[in-house]
Amino acid sequence: MEDVLEVRDLRMRYGKTDVLNGVSFAARRGEMLALLGPNGAGKTTTIEILEGFRMRSAGEVSVLGTDPAHGGEAWRARTGVVLQSWRDHAKWQVRELLAHLGRYYAPYSTASVTRPWDVDDLLETVGLTAHARKRVRNLSGGQRRRLDVAIGIVGRPELLFLDEPTVGFDPEARRDFHDVLHRLTDREQTTILLTTHDLDEAERLADRILILVGGTIIADGSADELARAMSGQSEVRWSRDGQRFVHAADDATAFVRELFRQYGESVEDLEVRRASLEDTYMALVRLAEHGAPRKLTAVAA
Amino acid sequence: MNPTLVAARAGLSRGWIEFKQTLTRPNDLIAILVTTGGFLVAMIWTRNTHVPGTDFSLGTTMLVSVLGLNVVVYGVVTMGDLLVVEREDGTLLRAKAIPNGMLGYLVGKVVNVSGQVALVVAITLLIGAFLFTGLAIGSPGSWLTLAWVLVLGLLATLPLGAVLGSLFPSERSAGRWWLLLLGGLAAISGIFYPITHLPVFLQWIGQVFPMYWLGLGMRSALLPNALAAVELGHSWRHLATFGVLSAWAVAGLMLAPVLLRRMARRESGSAVAARRDKVMGRA
Repeated sequence: MEDVLEVRDLRMRYGKTDVLNGVSFAARRGEMLALLGPNGAGKTTTIEILEGFRMRSAGEVSVLGTDPAHGGEAWRARTGVVLQSWRDHAKWQVRELLAHLGRYYAPYSTASVTRPWDVDDLLETVGLTAHARKRVRNLSGGQRRRLDVAIGIVGRPELLFLDEPTVGFDPEARRDFHDVLHRLTDREQTTILLTTHDLDEAERLADRILILVGGTIIADGSADELARAMSGQSEVRWSRDGQRFVHAADDATAFVRELFRQYGESVEDLEVRRASLEDTYMALVRLAEHGAPRKLTAVAA
Repeated sequence: MNPTLVAARAGLSRGWIEFKQTLTRPNDLIAILVTTGGFLVAMIWTRNTHVPGTDFSLGTTMLVSVLGLNVVVYGVVTMGDLLVVEREDGTLLRAKAIPNGMLGYLVGKVVNVSGQVALVVAITLLIGAFLFTGLAIGSPGSWLTLAWVLVLGLLATLPLGAVLGSLFPSERSAGRWWLLLLGGLAAISGIFYPITHLPVFLQWIGQVFPMYWLGLGMRSALLPNALAAVELGHSWRHLATFGVLSAWAVAGLMLAPVLLRRMARRESGSAVAARRDKVMGRA
């Protein structure tokens, strides 16, 4: 199947600073990709280049088969954008705004995709039906964010960009929002590229995780694949004679066996934890930033 | 369905919705009423003063001239301010993110601001008709002149507002400029007192800008013909009015798309976020 998104050796330089040093990745139709990385790693720059909002310095980029630097209005109609913070259209009513913004997409309807999304159906989908007549300024943070997403998808985009979509959500709103995204990828075959700081969210949502550090992709795979790639990082905790210990073992089983052989009955509170995405992420980022993983050594509490 | 046409039509309804919001939002409405009311007080004050060399009420002349000032205030300042504010709050970026959104956005702005100008002119005239004497509003010719001066005035000022709005870096810096610009221009454009009483070089400067010609055009429409005698050249100078306002319109319409495109090109999520952080850091 044709790649919806293809980035090869993308480079971005501001003055003398290289923000992106050769980023390459691709996404297939219906795939959900999470772009992770520390602040300043180039996530926003990458996503803005793909959205066509920023010119790149070098590299090849194809979004829905078009170079976003030259994407026309018809191309624009096939993409959806949800940015980090919107404060716009505060005086508009929720339903009124969605209906208005949907109108622009009507000429871009095709046999397979009816544009725009029916407003009432869309309100139902993002859970804003009860607030249809509310002014945008009177929405809560979570409701406002759901409206942003609704505006992002009102044109039934084939590709949706989400920049930190769930900042400020309570757990329930977050869960509802995740359901909406899953429905989009499953039912609408929408491709989604999202950036987030919430590793738990990335693990739960994304088919594939990209970790961007220092302007390059240092990892590309599912949460499981990444964890397996860093399998040496299982964490073993125990206590002995009232002292607590933590050790990151390459082979947890062998380590624990050795532990018992040496200390036998005096080992207590044993706990072995496979690397979570967070551990994997931290290890990978550290590896990329310092050239070597920080050794996790036994520490006295 | 032609996408451009669809967006233009969406822009029309966008303008209408925003205009209605202006009318139903107490803050916006109060701002309009306070400015209009302030001017009316000044006019009533001078109602019984005469235009030098005539026995015509200075207040009535001022009332009519202020209509011209209003076109500049709304066409340039309101338009420019909306652009600056909506660039900061992300409305413009939103428009950029949807197909032909910028076109719809601009059409909407033009409709909204034109609506506000029409409203203010109507309110001022309505009150003026009751409180002031000497308004020549009986003949169809008056209304015809008023109509073309108004339309040409909007064509001259709206693109200018868009140009300035796209140049000002922030809402706060824009505020200072507007005040300076308007205050200075009003003083040398013969709005509150006949321009003939100014030093000649100031008369020339005043005649470069649209405000003088809008004031003159409004006076020619709504004052008795005899009052042309106190104007420069003892004439309403319709041809010159048409010429100067058209020149501003052409210049603005040529410059505005270039600058608006430049401004839109620079818009991105991080640009909006950076401006917001700056505003919050200062607050």
